[in-house]
Amino acid sequence: MRSAPRIAILNGRLIDPANGIDEITGLYIAEGKVLAIGERPPGFEADQILDAGGKILCPGLIDLNAHLREPGHEHKATIASETTAAARSGITTVCCAPDTDPVIDSPAVIELIRRRAKQSGKAMVLPIGALTQGLGGEIISEMAALKEAGCVAVSNVHRPLKNTLVERRALEYAATYDVLVFLRPEDLHLRDNGCVHEGPIATRLGLPGIPSAAECVAVARDLALAAHTGARIHFRGISTATSLRMIRRAQGDGLPVSADVPAHQLHLTEQDVDQFNSQCHVTPPLRTLQDREALREGVATGIISAICSDHQPHEPDAKLLPFPSTAPGISALETLLPLTLKLVEDGVLSLSTAIARVTAGPAAILGIEAGRLGIGDRADICIFDPDHAWTFTEEGMLSAGRNTPFLGWHFNGLVTHTLFEGRIVYQNP
Amino acid sequence: MKNNLQLDEQGRLRHFLTIEGLSRPLLTEILDTAESFAGVGERTVKKVPLLRGKVIANLFFETSTRTRTTFELAAKRLSADVLNLNISTSSTTKGETLLDTLRNLEAMQVDMFVVRHNESGSAHFIAQHAAPHVSVINAGDGRHAHPTQAMLDMFTIRRHKKDFSQLKVAIVGDLLHSRVARSQIAALNTLGVAEIRCIAPRTLMPGDIRSCGVHPYSNMEQGIRDADVVIMLRLQKERMQGAFIPSEHEYFRLFGLTGRRLELLHPEAIVMHPGPINRGVEMDSQVADGERSVILQQVTYGIAVRMAVMSLCMQSSDRGGEA
Repeated sequence: MRSAPRIAILNGRLIDPANGIDEITGLYIAEGKVLAIGERPPGFEADQILDAGGKILCPGLIDLNAHLREPGHEHKATIASETTAAARSGITTVCCAPDTDPVIDSPAVIELIRRRAKQSGKAMVLPIGALTQGLGGEIISEMAALKEAGCVAVSNVHRPLKNTLVERRALEYAATYDVLVFLRPEDLHLRDNGCVHEGPIATRLGLPGIPSAAECVAVARDLALAAHTGARIHFRGISTATSLRMIRRAQGDGLPVSADVPAHQLHLTEQDVDQFNSQCHVTPPLRTLQDREALREGVATGIISAICSDHQPHEPDAKLLPFPSTAPGISALETLLPLTLKLVEDGVLSLSTAIARVTAGPAAILGIEAGRLGIGDRADICIFDPDHAWTFTEEGMLSAGRNTPFLGWHFNGLVTHTLFEGRIVYQNP
Repeated sequence: MKNNLQLDEQGRLRHFLTIEGLSRPLLTEILDTAESFAGVGERTVKKVPLLRGKVIANLFFETSTRTRTTFELAAKRLSADVLNLNISTSSTTKGETLLDTLRNLEAMQVDMFVVRHNESGSAHFIAQHAAPHVSVINAGDGRHAHPTQAMLDMFTIRRHKKDFSQLKVAIVGDLLHSRVARSQIAALNTLGVAEIRCIAPRTLMPGDIRSCGVHPYSNMEQGIRDADVVIMLRLQKERMQGAFIPSEHEYFRLFGLTGRRLELLHPEAIVMHPGPINRGVEMDSQVADGERSVILQQVTYGIAVRMAVMSLCMQSSDRGGEA
């Protein structure tokens, strides 16, 4: 393998929230790592110089949850297609959900994912293992082996455990090996066959609703079990103001619990489902405006320390059905950064906080050495032009899944370069 | 564009998917048109040639006798050719998708789909994907809407009560699962009734039903007092996946329409039910068959109302074709 090029990125505004840096400076890369910041190191001969004048440099984004669909669902997407889409959005680390076929519950599947990711070479793919074998919710997975094989967390994805005793054992076992557990809080009985938020829109459209209580009941249960077992839990994709309050209280009590929110929950509400828009069919469902405002505040204050894509690419047919039968989810890698930056425009976050929520925040949750650009750190870098206005179109998408409600949205801030391990993996133009 | 999926550029009915978004003049036009068709069934030759040469497909993904039959009769009285397709939902999920079924029928030059499906939004979905010349009529989608049923109910009410603006209407029963109730509420509000009351235990009533412009009641006696129209909903046992009510017996005791409760209504009140009735659950037989009951008239009027909706939709699609 040829050695990584020596790259100098000059005149850019470096925003590295983990190191408290926000200044216009030069950044020098050698052997895939950050060699120096500021002055050109003596004897540094760049193979390539990038002029980042007027642009922002930040650590490559870390996405806590994306469904890459490989192995098993290659008709929806592949690791190659989706890491390419990730690079376009400045994402250099992707946690992939275990609901593949076969499920990520054995080192063999992890090895396969690792190989595919390496072939693509566009982003670091960190597998999330299954919390229970086959995601069946009954037998706990071989978490110790999964961790050794490289899983950064375990999760039962969108299939929360029905049996609280199994959940207790799973959390105890995870705590034994210090394995991080991602929980999507939802009480399956209360969820029933719901497909949208239980509220006026559901009532009007006659769509079966999912009450806010379906999430809050599960948050309460999960918090109690986390306190009891000492497991380190992370709430994946919370959607209601009430669960946010419960998590804030638990954090105040010193429980090591974190939470993320998918970017779309910070911009859309139940109203967007009107006219049976199946692109807005997501799990958890889009909630009320009050919930959205509370989630935005939670992201600002840091109770929610990460914004993720919750990327779920689908083939077109998956959305070409009557609303309740459509597959939930949004192809979201390519809107993670734009929607996060839109929060800055909307006055919700400072630019530095916005960047922190997609870099240092998720890195801290995972406990990985990424999401920062100190000297010696891996040179995973996103460079974007904050003033570049553009329109999100289907033709412009790189993901294999074109299912998104954001087509036609106007954004400010376009990624011009993405560097992964010190190599340019995406460049525009 | 999507907001007016049901209407063409001239604001005429193109599809009939839901009452929501339709104006009072348009609903009145449907009722007036139905009035002109009401006599057709009493003639020796029960046919008018309005839709001669048109092909109408009754696409029923959910079983139905009454609705399908009245749609079929309505289409035949308009001289259309009718295809009846009963497609079980399970077979479509295994093989052909809904869209494929639609495309195949379009290839057979069908002009209008009358659709019943167990999922909310299915009629919208079909209308969104149908060829431009095809009209879609919603014959019931999930819990969402059953607009022709609501219009035949309005027709029945208008035959008995001249002025909507003075009416107090009570709707009793399983509002949570009822597409009929949703469409009735929308129609009654658009036609400007004085008051709509919804009566049910909380397990069968959406928590935010007030947002639909109605007054919720959990006490039958209070809810039906002085009502001019009482609409009893079918207790849709087949839809119930959980314990919504403890027993039919308790339901009847608390919400059943009995002779004694009839006395609480306005003296000239009428009693309606979209059918089929569960006698002894929603109402007594003596009420169902009594002088206040207009339940069988509803069925008769259903044909005229469906003729009206079909002919109005077809007018719009014909004009679109000429333009």
